[in-house]
Amino acid sequence: MDRFLQYAVAGLSAGRLYALVALGLVLIYKSTRVLNFAHGDVATFGTFAAFALLSRDHSFWIALPAALLAGAAASVLFYFGVLAPAQRKGATLLGQVILTIGLALILQGVVVFAFGTEPDRMPFPLSDSESRRFGPVYVSELSLGTLAAALAACVAVYLVVQRTRLGLAMRAVSENLIAAQTLGIPTRRVLAFAWATASALAVVAGLFLAPALLLDPFFMLDPFLKGFAAAVLGGLGSLPGAVVGGLVLGVAESLAGAYAGIAFKKTLAFVVIRAVLQVLTEGLLGKPFKERV
Amino acid sequence: MSALLKAAGVETLYFDRIRALSSVSLEVEQGEIFGVLGPNGAGKTTLLRTIAGLLPDQPEKGSIELAGVRIERRRPEEIARMGVVYVPEDRGLFRELTVAENLELGLWGRKGNLEATHAMFPILRERAGQQAETLSGGEQQMLALGRAMLRRPRLLLLDEPSLGLAPQMANTVLAALQEIARAGTAIILVEQNARLALRIAQRAAILEAGRIVLQGTAQELEEHPDVREAYLGVATVIAQKAWRLHRRRRRW
Repeated sequence: MDRFLQYAVAGLSAGRLYALVALGLVLIYKSTRVLNFAHGDVATFGTFAAFALLSRDHSFWIALPAALLAGAAASVLFYFGVLAPAQRKGATLLGQVILTIGLALILQGVVVFAFGTEPDRMPFPLSDSESRRFGPVYVSELSLGTLAAALAACVAVYLVVQRTRLGLAMRAVSENLIAAQTLGIPTRRVLAFAWATASALAVVAGLFLAPALLLDPFFMLDPFLKGFAAAVLGGLGSLPGAVVGGLVLGVAESLAGAYAGIAFKKTLAFVVIRAVLQVLTEGLLGKPFKERV
Repeated sequence: MSALLKAAGVETLYFDRIRALSSVSLEVEQGEIFGVLGPNGAGKTTLLRTIAGLLPDQPEKGSIELAGVRIERRRPEEIARMGVVYVPEDRGLFRELTVAENLELGLWGRKGNLEATHAMFPILRERAGQQAETLSGGEQQMLALGRAMLRRPRLLLLDEPSLGLAPQMANTVLAALQEIARAGTAIILVEQNARLALRIAQRAAILEAGRIVLQGTAQELEEHPDVREAYLGVATVIAQKAWRLHRRRRRW
């Protein structure tokens, strides 16, 4: 039982990061209908910005906002400079998705060019090896920090989307773009804000993942794919679904690794997703597509 | 008196080659209800969407002026901010948001309150917490109109506001339109129901296959024999033989 709990907690810890990635993906998908394949690389970009500052002995409290800003700025630039003009010219959804892949490759190139491909250790104020005991379960400092950060990020997103006028405009734009335009809502600025928020979430995930791994330009690829899977599991159009999907995926993965052997860790997690989608075709919290005629 | 909206020689293409409007010219005065009638596919909705700027890079030719300022080919948000509000046929509501939230979005970028809207349509106050999707057709139309009026438009573009409404509800909506126009807002009213439209419009145009084939005051149109036959359903029999009705030939 203790072993089960320990692995479940480890799974939740990973799942929180997947949830953050998934939350950003869903935010962008819901507002612009684009699947953002550059999401992981935006996170890498932001994380390396923090790495550059931290390794020059700047404080974490400078590096954190700088990293968030770097990630957000990259995607806002992409939105205004590339995506919005493409949409104006009537680009298809597939074309827009390909544009995000282009952004991913560019960011990858920038990171490789600036930092090289050698793996590095990320200096971080929280340690991965120091742990605290809660009853039968050990939790590392880093994991506690991740929990706090993920919770804060989720609450912030919830408050912005549900409680502010800007969030109201985001929901309106995502539901009916034309109606929002005819009401004079600055739709492009609202969508750019959605991209910025989503990217900042991804950077948070990258920042808290990096200290547990070695930092190289491709370290976000696996979490990005997991986040993507989590988003689909939760129902691609649902923000709470993304969080639930991320947590379920993390726990499933961790328990599969513990009880079925480490070789099956990833496979079994995806078997779980497959099984869920077989029954709930719209994902855990997704709403079935319906149209009133 | 110079017109509020002045469209001259407007030509709109779809997919760069399908001509939906060809040299449409019209003028709408402040506080006037201008009816646009025509069969399906004549270009009525295209005309409204062109004015509202919702068709990127259109109109292909021609000019549209709002109080002397050129507005063609501008972005829809800009045109909306200049005081043109378009209410599409599907009413353009945010269906998953509540009535109150829909109205709040109508107040975007300006301070104001909902008093006037609630006075015009009291039902919206009762339904404030309900999702827009759950309203009846008439209530949805009222919400769309109420939200549009919160922007204090100079020009209101309405696409078939009576569509799907029971006659009594349609009358309520039309009465509201007359009141809006009296307060100084110009309205371009696209309608299939010619009788309704000609009843409240001061002037009207008939659009067929992308062209304005007839334009005049509502009374002139109502008395025009071709309009009577094609749109008002009054057959004008000019000669009657025992076995056949000869109908007047249309002149456009």
